Amino acid sequence: MGDNALILGQRVSAWCGHAPALEEDIAMANVGLDLIGQAKMWLTLAGEAEGKGRSADDLAFLRDTRDFQNALLVEQPNGDYGQTLMRQFLFDAWHLPMLKGLSRSTDSRVAGIAEKSAKEAVYHLDRSSDLVIRLGDGTGESRAKMQAALERLLPFARELTAADPMDDEIAACGLGPALADIARNFEATVAAVTADATLTLSSAPARTGGKAGRHTEAFVSLIAEMQWMQRAYPGAAW
Amino acid sequence: MDAARLSGGGVVNAVVDKPGAADVWRWLDDVPDPEIPVLSVNDLGIVRAVDVEQDGVVVTVTPTYSGCPATSAIALSIEEALHRRGVSAVRVRSRVSPPWTTDWISPAGREKLRAYGIAPPEGAACAGAAVRNAPKECPRCGSAKVEEVSRFGSTPCKAAYRCADCLEPFDYFKRF
Repeated sequence: MGDNALILGQRVSAWCGHAPALEEDIAMANVGLDLIGQAKMWLTLAGEAEGKGRSADDLAFLRDTRDFQNALLVEQPNGDYGQTLMRQFLFDAWHLPMLKGLSRSTDSRVAGIAEKSAKEAVYHLDRSSDLVIRLGDGTGESRAKMQAALERLLPFARELTAADPMDDEIAACGLGPALADIARNFEATVAAVTADATLTLSSAPARTGGKAGRHTEAFVSLIAEMQWMQRAYPGAAW
Repeated sequence: MDAARLSGGGVVNAVVDKPGAADVWRWLDDVPDPEIPVLSVNDLGIVRAVDVEQDGVVVTVTPTYSGCPATSAIALSIEEALHRRGVSAVRVRSRVSPPWTTDWISPAGREKLRAYGIAPPEGAACAGAAVRNAPKECPRCGSAKVEEVSRFGSTPCKAAYRCADCLEPFDYFKRF
């Protein structure tokens, strides 16, 4: 949860000062800020659970690429604005039900962070759904861009709802929800919004690897940019 | 300890190791939110507890939004405010659960927001409340003819609106 929020927050923040409209620039920065804040809470908890004294900053800035467990979706390049919005929508469509499921976790710390984050994710999903519909059901050019973005990103998004043995163990002990339930919720939201957006939905299978630390090439430059300050000047602070 | 006597500017206060919790709550009325300085941290409803413990005063604060950049500035302002009152040992603790809601903004806080030009949140943010929410009226002229400019505003807690009558842009404090 922390790595997904951190990496998407990093990607989204790159639009600050560059988005196609002022309102979008502000929205992007706010969504990125929410995600970075959520990442800080999750990674702080991860550091406490690990018990080796690592802070959220240590985990964000001093791990190598193989140690990040984010899904491949969130590390995909920003591309054009349609691709950025489609990535956000697919993420939000998974994120909100996942957070709601985690807010019933047997671990009160997990439940607390999830309940807090879910309130923010409600606004994120509302906005990204609205824009996917407006641009999908828009001009010929905007529709073509949204369709291309959907086809490119949907397999990566489905990694988020593909359960691995650890996800099954988490669900079995009540720490988190069963991913099969999240998958149903995700697919229903995506089907409804893409239908309103006049886009064609495929049943392409998940492209996995990110949760196991096997990332795409674009991830290496993202991490290099995100971490260079702490790598070049260890311990630098303001 | 007489808080009124201590509020005079430039007075170096005696060290107060054990103020009453009620004194601390009253002092927090003077700690502004750094983004919306007309609101105190009490108006905003982010102070969850004040505990006077053996080794000092512990103030428990909840963040509004996870990534709100004002969070650390607020903690610092609270520490400084209590130091000025002569409390030497102050600790600000963060608590996430239950999550902050705009329902905790005080009635006085809502009026201060309106007078400052920010439309206060409409309705209760209880579970199941609709996502979409909008200001009842323009905080400047009172017209109900308002339109959304952007669902996100200058800070995560606000949306940008425009009044169709007086034509002024204004911020709406989103229900959350």
